[in-house]
Amino acid sequence: MSELDAALTVFAQEAEELLTDMEDALLSLETKPDDSETINSLFRAMHTIKGSSGLFGFNAIVGFTHEAESVLDKVRNGERGIDAELISVLLDSKDHTAKLIEHCLTQKEAALPASLAADGERLIRQLTGRQTTDMQQSDDSVQLEIEGGGEISVDDNWLISLEFQKDAFRNGMDPLSFIRYLRTLGEIKQILTVASEMPVDDDMDPESCYLHFKIAFQSDANKQTIEAVFDFASDDCDIKILPPNSKLEEYLNLLNAQDDNHVKRLGDMLVQVGALTQNDVNHALQSQQANVDAEQEAPSKPLGEILVEQHVVQQPLVDQALKKQEQTKQKLASEANYIRVDASKLGHLINLVGELVISSAAMNLIVERHGLSDAGDVAASMNALVSSIRDTALELRMVQIGETFSRFKRVVRDVSKELNKDIELYISGGETELDKTVVEKINDPLTHLIRNALDHGIESPAQRVAAGKPAQGTVQLNAYHESGHIVIQIADDGAGLNSEKILDKALANGLIKPDHDLSQQEIHNLIFAAGLSTKDQATNLSGRGVGMDVVKKNIEALRGSVEIDSIEGEGTTISIRLPLTLAIIDGFMVGTGQDRYIIPLSMVDECIEMNANECEIDEIQHYINLRGQVLPYLRLGDYFHNQIADSNRKRESVVVVKFGQTKAGFVVDELHGEHQTVIKPLGKVFERLNGITGATVLGDGNVALILDVQGLIQAAIKNKSRPAPFLTSQRIQ
Amino acid sequence: MAIQLKQQKKGVTQLAIQGELTIYSVLEHKQALSQYLSSAKDIQIDLADVTEIDSAGLQLLMFLKQEAVSRDISFSLSQHSEAVVEVLELLNLSKHFGDPIVISADWKSS
Repeated sequence: MSELDAALTVFAQEAEELLTDMEDALLSLETKPDDSETINSLFRAMHTIKGSSGLFGFNAIVGFTHEAESVLDKVRNGERGIDAELISVLLDSKDHTAKLIEHCLTQKEAALPASLAADGERLIRQLTGRQTTDMQQSDDSVQLEIEGGGEISVDDNWLISLEFQKDAFRNGMDPLSFIRYLRTLGEIKQILTVASEMPVDDDMDPESCYLHFKIAFQSDANKQTIEAVFDFASDDCDIKILPPNSKLEEYLNLLNAQDDNHVKRLGDMLVQVGALTQNDVNHALQSQQANVDAEQEAPSKPLGEILVEQHVVQQPLVDQALKKQEQTKQKLASEANYIRVDASKLGHLINLVGELVISSAAMNLIVERHGLSDAGDVAASMNALVSSIRDTALELRMVQIGETFSRFKRVVRDVSKELNKDIELYISGGETELDKTVVEKINDPLTHLIRNALDHGIESPAQRVAAGKPAQGTVQLNAYHESGHIVIQIADDGAGLNSEKILDKALANGLIKPDHDLSQQEIHNLIFAAGLSTKDQATNLSGRGVGMDVVKKNIEALRGSVEIDSIEGEGTTISIRLPLTLAIIDGFMVGTGQDRYIIPLSMVDECIEMNANECEIDEIQHYINLRGQVLPYLRLGDYFHNQIADSNRKRESVVVVKFGQTKAGFVVDELHGEHQTVIKPLGKVFERLNGITGATVLGDGNVALILDVQGLIQAAIKNKSRPAPFLTSQRIQ
Repeated sequence: MAIQLKQQKKGVTQLAIQGELTIYSVLEHKQALSQYLSSAKDIQIDLADVTEIDSAGLQLLMFLKQEAVSRDISFSLSQHSEAVVEVLELLNLSKHFGDPIVISADWKSS
């Protein structure tokens, strides 16, 4: 008896885990409806629960999960589409399953309560009701109908549709010449010339082109060649080429024969077998993108559907390619062999790679110094290897940020319930990768910022409606790469920051003086100061005035920065900028006097020789005139006060750096070029040094300092706004 | 002017297009031909002297046909020159215009 109890406990635990997974999977399907892996996991959850319930004779559970399982099986095989409706029914089904399990575990013998049974029946109806959604848009007839009558039937011919644009004639196109040329490749079986859009009477401009052609073409040439005929016209003509049915078989076979060692994108697969050309795919992607831009709400159509709609490929081909893609994914998933590695081992490896980079630099230096020409080649190839080892090693630690993001879905759901607000979380850029160590450290600040957005940012539905906004608030989480950094944005469409409130509080706290002279941006940044909260009442979520300063500190500890951008009444966007990795970067080495400095290469915008025509320096007003653009500047030599004599400056160069939106020029004596930089943290003693984030060891054993570009840009801006009476006074620093 | 009015009687307007019927001349041709569309009841166009025709020229012919049909004007093309026939054949439009085409034995091809 006790054994059975133990087994039941295991069953209960397992079922609970599976149901939790199922919920996660369903939530993620809302954003990625065609992720087959997720659909598989849904199916497995239902399937496993059904199986285990059968063992214990829980027929009610078996009956219900069987229905859910068969629906999911259809979804998995592509016989049924998944949409928001189905997802919510499935979510209900998951809850219902949980109830059934609870019932079976607590009152084994009792019959199902009527309400539970009724729920089950209703859900089953909903699940199975609409079995065939709109999945059958393809019937195999390949016929193009054209307004104005007439159609072309095609058995074994290419189908080419040419829709010339109005300006085609004016741009020197003569459609006839393309058609004549086409005849050199094969035989035109049938051609249909239509001018259905030709306006009447005076509206018709004889120099505009209103002609469209549909051509049935027999040829052994491949799609690429046929498309090349119209290459010249591609700007002025909408070209669609549909392969003949006889080719279809060939393509299908090729698709099947494609190697399935890695998952390819649908477009790539079709291009590879020759059913599509790269142009077709680009076209379809563009129109997909255009749709996304036009109506952000509606989910964009899958690429396959667009391609079929544009008449560039037949439905069966797309289906087959998708199936193949699916198979490959499954095969890979079943084969996926991950090795769990101790993070510290990985860290050790990366440290070693760092040392390797340094010693290979040293070797290069020696080879160069002694002019060993035979060793030069070997050194060069080793250098290339070292840098690819470096990249691969760093990649090992790269993870997608999506997983971190999707955790917030539940947070948003729960918190918005708790606050009685209706808030939707949109996630984009989840595939952006960054260093694992950074991901771990960014989690807490992100949670804090999101809770802030939910609690302070988004107003209650009533307030929102009163302000003329939709009752549902939105929070957007977005991530993207920008010049060697990852940018994470948290945007809400809530109330925005109230500058006056912030100022009042800041005055009361003594953070600023009454005669302050702060820009809007600087006022907003005050919320990162310790002890400042504009919320009159603290909730258990946020509002105690601790937190934002911690957020800022955490992010700065990662060599990142936070920016806040808010419009009162319209919302707040917080952008976090983080370096992609904490270990090794591509640097740009510059020198002043005897010293070497490294600027992260990704932040270097350009380098210019000083006093060249395009770059003028104004020592008095303290700015650089770069082709009409005014930039603050900083003499690195002066800033780090180690210049021996000013008079000795022979040649100076300006390195223009940018961080986010801000730019500045660093004036240096020498440019040394790119350098693989292994970042070594500075010791505690140097922690409070301004303008420096770390150091690196050069090939010759010297140390170069890695500049904190962001900090230095700020310093340069301050320098500029303050009139500099004498140049020498800046040396004091 | 490359359009010649050959005859105009009892509502029958006989026109002849001469020389090029291409993008360079369509604008001119259209203006010249449009006036007949508003007055004539029967338009016959002689294409014997069309030396060259391109897509724009062809489009103009299609436009005239379309206008004529919508205004209930009877419209016919005759005496197609070699250049015209070649294009009509290429684009499979002979049926669209529905006029008898006489192919001369002297022509090289088509």
